[in-house]
Amino acid sequence: MLAFLLRRLFGLIVTAWLATVVVFAVLQLVPGDPALLMLGVDARPDTLAALRAQMGLDLPVLARYLHWAGGLAGGDLGVSLTYGRPVAGLVAERLAVTLPLALLALAVSTALAIPLGLLAAARRGRGGDWAVLGFTQLGVSMPSFWIAILLILVFSLTLHWFPAGGFPGWGGGLGPALHALVLPALALALPEAAILARVTRTAVLDTLGEDHVRTARAKGVGRAAVLLRHALPNALIPVATVLGLQISFLVAGAVVVENVFTLPGLGRLLYQAIGQRDLIVVQGVVVLLALFVVAVNALVDIACALADPRPRGEA
Amino acid sequence: MPITPQRLALTAATATAVFAALALTAGSGRAQPRTDLVVGMQLEPPHLDPTAGAAGAIKEVTYANLFEPLLRVDGDGRLVPGLAERWSVSEDGLTYRFSLRPHAKFHDGTTADSADVKFTLDRARAADSVNAQKAYFAPIATVETPDPQTVVVTLSRPDGLFLFHMASGDAVIVAPESAATNKQKPVGTGPFRFERWVAGDRVVLARNPDYDGPAPRIDRVSFRFISDPAAQVAALKAGDVDAFTLFSTYEALPEFRNDPAFAVTVGTTEGETILSTNNARKPFDDVRVRRAMAHAIDRGTLIEGVLYGNGVAIGSHFPPHRQGYVDLTGMYPYDPAKARALLAEAGYPNGFDTTLALPPPPYARRGGELVAAMLAEVGIRARIEPMEWAAWLEKVFKGKDYDLTMIAHTEPLDIDIYARPDYYFNYRSARFTALNDELNRTQDQARRDALYGEEQRVLAEDAVNGFLFMLPSVTVQKAGLTGLWVNRPVQANDVTAAAWK
Repeated sequence: MLAFLLRRLFGLIVTAWLATVVVFAVLQLVPGDPALLMLGVDARPDTLAALRAQMGLDLPVLARYLHWAGGLAGGDLGVSLTYGRPVAGLVAERLAVTLPLALLALAVSTALAIPLGLLAAARRGRGGDWAVLGFTQLGVSMPSFWIAILLILVFSLTLHWFPAGGFPGWGGGLGPALHALVLPALALALPEAAILARVTRTAVLDTLGEDHVRTARAKGVGRAAVLLRHALPNALIPVATVLGLQISFLVAGAVVVENVFTLPGLGRLLYQAIGQRDLIVVQGVVVLLALFVVAVNALVDIACALADPRPRGEA
Repeated sequence: MPITPQRLALTAATATAVFAALALTAGSGRAQPRTDLVVGMQLEPPHLDPTAGAAGAIKEVTYANLFEPLLRVDGDGRLVPGLAERWSVSEDGLTYRFSLRPHAKFHDGTTADSADVKFTLDRARAADSVNAQKAYFAPIATVETPDPQTVVVTLSRPDGLFLFHMASGDAVIVAPESAATNKQKPVGTGPFRFERWVAGDRVVLARNPDYDGPAPRIDRVSFRFISDPAAQVAALKAGDVDAFTLFSTYEALPEFRNDPAFAVTVGTTEGETILSTNNARKPFDDVRVRRAMAHAIDRGTLIEGVLYGNGVAIGSHFPPHRQGYVDLTGMYPYDPAKARALLAEAGYPNGFDTTLALPPPPYARRGGELVAAMLAEVGIRARIEPMEWAAWLEKVFKGKDYDLTMIAHTEPLDIDIYARPDYYFNYRSARFTALNDELNRTQDQARRDALYGEEQRVLAEDAVNGFLFMLPSVTVQKAGLTGLWVNRPVQANDVTAAAWK
């Protein structure tokens, strides 16, 4: 097991290092000068040179890479060229929007999907089942940005219950901040809930046909109790697998939904930084995201290895 | 506890109730006139120090509200007192004397006196200055401070625009104690002080209780940054923002005009929108080709298509609302036949192939398509190259590697860019440069106006660029809100006079 973990850790470090090289190299090839972007069309050559020197852009490429990568190895993401602030702080600020949003969406999606899936399974072939199937078909077909626009139209423009976008910040109190996240979280959660509800329904139906369920029914256990105590726990394994997969979808989907609701999340930070050629921020965020994906994959592998010892034996 | 499918359905109902309850926390009635204000802007400033960056958004948040220059430009483009309550200019135009407000203070409590002005001006013209308009400060020879309330600036050469430049956002007065941290925590002398910045979303300013001038009617102003056009419209309709300035989703204007809950104003900006032409590159080095293009472009259709009619045509590089303007829009009337004849005369009877680089603003992307279609009518086949800002600045503006591009030049009174030999138009004219030199030496207003007129005529005759239209300053605001600027003589969202009825 230790050898397996070490191997995964080594793979993680190599992947992260490759990510820094690729990101840095790609950003060198893209045209655009962050100093020129800041000074605009009236910049004089001497002013431009002064700002480039201040930003450290006058150093050779390799020196800049080593400086940045060296800092990264020591846990220092560097200082943003445009904002003039440490990247770690910028990222933390944006994660304070993206993470709660993704978690809220995950909670909403689970809270909606599991009862609906159970309801559909319990009412198989009847009205309730058809209603849930219809809802999930709709949810699967509608992309989250479209749902976002519909939600804005109904709950912001017509009913005036929620703001159409923006984020007042956690500094303005918990209430207004959560209030601003309700519609985005719903937009993000509904398509995921639709998928999850379908998976739950199928998984529950599968277990309902199994011997232990029939035994329980034969013993005289009530229908609802069978559903919740005997069928659901066994059905949760495929449900949890899909839920795990959805976490990365939620982070990706959050970028799109952040744009529709103009939420200052990590996705918008990355998008703006690319536009402003803030190489330090782009590099930092991309490397962090790469690390995140690699780490999630590693965790999934480890979890699988724990649940099923076979791959470990080959190590 | 027996759990039935019906009970499961109830869970959904409960969730709906919670949702509705959350929604209701938003509702609030307002009986008193409001004292807060939310202004929507398209772009977020990268930081909040107008003396260290060209981004218009920096000035739109801070100018007049948070920072004050020596003189201010008001909503009609006039020079009014800023940190200096009086000023005078010597006969020879070389010595400027400014008298500062006696009780002016920075937001951190330190006094704002002549030493701060000297620090600001010296910092802006220093060798390592990163001021985006460093050239504004180049004529300064010395800055003296005979007493805490008096600043005497001596120029090495006369500069007719010096006062105007000292009233720009690039010349706001900063303190040595806070200059280094103004990007994140701006400290100025204005009627509003910095409260907080929710990065990516809004900047909040609060009324400065220690301001020594007239107090603003608004207690707190939030500037919210919404780049997506659909989200801008939604934010207005949902009531999230009270006003949206430099609104460019022109197709949504009829809807707002027909709604009594909103008021729409259309004013002027300093943004001359032009079809910039590489005058050094064949075939554009031939004035006949450039004139042919001028005849090929139908400005009326362009303004209708791009601005939905909310704009004014120009015939040279000068805004019609400014003193000294000469109407030259009639010099090249729309005439495709004449354009084709001029092209044939220049040796291109079958037209030619070229490229049109388009930066991201909608006026350029949408306008570029129309211009390309009009040019194609006379045989000029322009291939459209959409570009993002960074690439445009690098390749077109700095590298001068382009044929044609479309862009609005938004700096006020910037006709002097045609006198810069290294500018991206690659335009060189001894006549224009001589006029510009004379203009810089001239203080007399009537003579200055005449010189501006001459300059406009030279540019139009040479058809340096395609002169298209002025970008409008469109503001959509809630009915009952007053005191916002209609025109944009400088980049600013001056809310010091804003009030609710």
